[in-house]
Amino acid sequence: MEFQIFGIGILTWIVFLPIVGMLIVLLIPGDNKNAIRWTAAGVTGLQLVLAVLLLGLFDRTALGINDPGSFQFVEQFDWIIVEAVPWVGKIEILYFLGIDGLSILMVLLTALISLIGVISSWSIEKMVKGYFALYLLLVTGMMGVFVALDFFLFFIFWEVMLLPMYFLIGIWGGPRREYAAIKFFIYTFVGGVLMLLVMLGLYFSVAYTNGAGEQVHTFNLLHMMNSANFVEGSIFYGMDTTWRYVAWVALFISFAIKVPLFPFHTWLPDAHVEAPTPISVILAGVLLKLGTYGMLRILFPILPDGTVYFMYLMAALGMISIIYGALCAMAQDDFKKLIAYSSISHMGIVMLGMASLTNQGTVGAVLQMFNHGTITAMLFLIVGVLYDRTHKRGLYDFGGIANQMPKYTGIAMVAMFAALGLPGLSGFVSELFSFLGAFDAFRVITIISVTGIILTAAYILWTIQRVFLGELSDEHKTLTDLTGRELLMFVPLLLIVIFLGVYPGPAIELMNASLSHLVDFVNMAGR
Amino acid sequence: MAEHIIESIYRFLPEIALTVTLVAAIVADLILRERNRNVAWVVLAGLVVTAFLVLGQRGWNVSIFSDTIAVDPFAVFFKAVLLVAGIFIVLFSMKSRELEYNSSRIGEYYMLITGVIFGMFLMVGATNLLLMYLAFELTSISSYVLAGFTKTLRRSAEASMKYIIFGAVSSGFLIYGISLLVGITGAVDIYGVRDALQGGVEQTAALYIAVVMIIVGFSYKITAVPFHFWAPDVYQGAPVTITAFLATASKVAGFAMMIRFFRISFMDSGALATPGFEGVFVIVPWHMILAVLAALTMLAANLMALWQENIKRLLAYSSIAHAGFILMGLALATDEGISAMMIYLAIYLFMNMGAFYVVMLVSNKLNTEDIAGYQGLGHRAPFLGVSMAIFLVALAGFPPTAGFIAKVYIFGATISAGMIWLVALAGLATVISLFYYIRVVRNMFLVEPLESQGPVRFDASSFAILALLLVPVLLLGVYFSPLVAWAKHAVTMFGM
Repeated sequence: MEFQIFGIGILTWIVFLPIVGMLIVLLIPGDNKNAIRWTAAGVTGLQLVLAVLLLGLFDRTALGINDPGSFQFVEQFDWIIVEAVPWVGKIEILYFLGIDGLSILMVLLTALISLIGVISSWSIEKMVKGYFALYLLLVTGMMGVFVALDFFLFFIFWEVMLLPMYFLIGIWGGPRREYAAIKFFIYTFVGGVLMLLVMLGLYFSVAYTNGAGEQVHTFNLLHMMNSANFVEGSIFYGMDTTWRYVAWVALFISFAIKVPLFPFHTWLPDAHVEAPTPISVILAGVLLKLGTYGMLRILFPILPDGTVYFMYLMAALGMISIIYGALCAMAQDDFKKLIAYSSISHMGIVMLGMASLTNQGTVGAVLQMFNHGTITAMLFLIVGVLYDRTHKRGLYDFGGIANQMPKYTGIAMVAMFAALGLPGLSGFVSELFSFLGAFDAFRVITIISVTGIILTAAYILWTIQRVFLGELSDEHKTLTDLTGRELLMFVPLLLIVIFLGVYPGPAIELMNASLSHLVDFVNMAGR
Repeated sequence: MAEHIIESIYRFLPEIALTVTLVAAIVADLILRERNRNVAWVVLAGLVVTAFLVLGQRGWNVSIFSDTIAVDPFAVFFKAVLLVAGIFIVLFSMKSRELEYNSSRIGEYYMLITGVIFGMFLMVGATNLLLMYLAFELTSISSYVLAGFTKTLRRSAEASMKYIIFGAVSSGFLIYGISLLVGITGAVDIYGVRDALQGGVEQTAALYIAVVMIIVGFSYKITAVPFHFWAPDVYQGAPVTITAFLATASKVAGFAMMIRFFRISFMDSGALATPGFEGVFVIVPWHMILAVLAALTMLAANLMALWQENIKRLLAYSSIAHAGFILMGLALATDEGISAMMIYLAIYLFMNMGAFYVVMLVSNKLNTEDIAGYQGLGHRAPFLGVSMAIFLVALAGFPPTAGFIAKVYIFGATISAGMIWLVALAGLATVISLFYYIRVVRNMFLVEPLESQGPVRFDASSFAILALLLVPVLLLGVYFSPLVAWAKHAVTMFGM
């Protein structure tokens, strides 16, 4: 299916609108703060409109994943073509965008969270121009990763996110912002280098025969998924070879850093605590999903043998992340850090569901990615609201907020119970699916993992008790409830959380076809 | 014979144009006297004319002056790169305040730059071992003088002195190696050496020594660890314009000569269509020696750069480290590797020049070369700060800048040649390099300026030059097919 606006494909619009916005922002004089803010809001708003349009036009039955014919809104152009010389073959890098059931929800999530991030950024007063320019660049990077189908393009978008994020944390962050920013940067950069090496190895291993009968090396992800395209004698040729396992591990680490999974997670609490609220929202809402998305889009189908071989490793790391994240969250006395660790725990569930390589588990995982995006974004906004008013976020600093800020508390309760996995709210459905799928594949690991739910309940309930219930101290008697702007950022998320909790069907239908195809493909190719 | 010489002279026009420029610069210096700054314009015009002449040589693949100089796509590519470097250096020099310490001699300065470029032109074309040595020396000796140009500054004089001593040692190694090689093979040009090697050589030990000597000689020029000791001191002491020149053009020429020497003499063209080492004369495992040198250079230089407090010194170590990345390409002994080196060198030129140019502008205004002095610069001069940040992340190899493309090609060629250990080390070195590049960026943006430090302003022409460097760094990051296509064809050498 194609859909064009002014002769340019809709996916190009959705990816590059923020860049246009960035250029406009750069042209506006720096002291005209409101014009800059409205530009950013307009651009991300338009992006959301396009994302909803995509959702409306999306064909749920199309498979995608490794089948070029059934991707939707495809835009494929030659980007870099260098004709062959005797010593080097033809070089082909494509500008190749398209979405399927795996990416549609992520695109929607990115557009939504980006707009909410802009609304939440309204209170930023320091160097507004630079802030929004970097913010919009970041949005382009995120959106690009979710729609790119060429590894080279994917990698560029992937790395483009890094620098804006570094500056957004490093300039607009809290007291230890420099440390947090550089830590984030180095972790992700290491992952990037690993990915680059694997990407180049894959490039030299994969070649397809084009119409003219030439052997062409390509970065096209779909060609990489076809094991028949691996050139005999190349480094990643064959199945279950050592080099393929090495590549799998390298690529897995580069994605796991982003997720973040247990041994690679230490950048996350620092980054979250120091980042300004909107950036925390983006980080938890979208950036973490890039890791798990990358695994499903690239790691699983391109290296299915490794995926099957390392299944238990993935599940074990997921389990450790769930339990360890929850335990760490219980030990925190900083509200933001608590949510950061809860993120690790919840992303562990995604990992566990994916690792099962069952249809149910994968659907649960992708849905959990979306739900975690919405729920955790709300949680960070909740901390932000409190922090804006009091400049504190210690769990023991508050108490009795419920009486003083009823609207705020109501929303916070929904978000927290959703994070806890209360039936009727969105988190429950996706966690259930993930665990059910995982239970089919690994009994013991899943049973241990489920105890994480109890730990989650413990820290969430404690938090509610400490912050919202109890005595209201005198200094907090002047706190005002949510403003209209703040309500505006909570309400859409709130509606989604409730809607998907009651009726998750539509979301599952969106991705079911693609994901079951992915699972079948990986199981067939990898075993 | 006469026809051959006339034909040769016609093929030699760019070099002749440079010679004319050199003479014109001397004359202009005499005429202009007090206004001798304007010699720069003469040299600039000469370089532009030369550039047109070089572009006219595209597609030629001949050997001139009785097979002593090759005019082939390989040489033309490097001449073009060198001219770009030369033009930028002249532009930089016109903006430099540092050079005013010796303003009465500024005419000679531009004249010497022309001389160096002439020497480098010979270096990239020479196929005769003696001419190679002469070109090497011509470049070196002019460079010694340039490094000490601001001789009233103690550090500059010291830099020049160190440069001379180390340079002399390296020339000694080179000429010694060349003598041995000539003795063993009985040939004075690289084609003769190849033929002799193909026929088989009996004195393996002597050949071994010769090759190692020659590698050592080249290693000084391209600053490969452990033959880099001179570089940080010289780069720090020399005027920043000359530092930029030495770190880019000088290295480019050194690499070009080294590539041609090894490619023609030690690699067999017939067997090279497929990657691998089938076509390498492994009487001496020269490519493995180079691989080890490359690995050492990348790791050691990047580690040493971490502790630098002076920005010129930091960039010196960074440029040593880049030499390591580039050297990987030759260690692969594949034409794919060589084309990757050429892509890298061309891109490296822009990003490194850019970084040095910012250093010069900052030192003009703020009189500091310490990294600490860059505190808050991004807030005080946003355009300058952002440009510097882009150059630095390009040097670190970040997409979507050109530096990333350079890394992609050199890493790709290494993987394609199957040297996984080398590319893994290169990945590690890249990660290490991030630390010091980002430290400068951090100082510029994450640290806020003090109250007393107001905005810093620069004139429009300074920014124009900056933009000229910025555009290729960004453009080649997203659209690089012309450069890549050119570099791939330019591997063609005469007599391959």
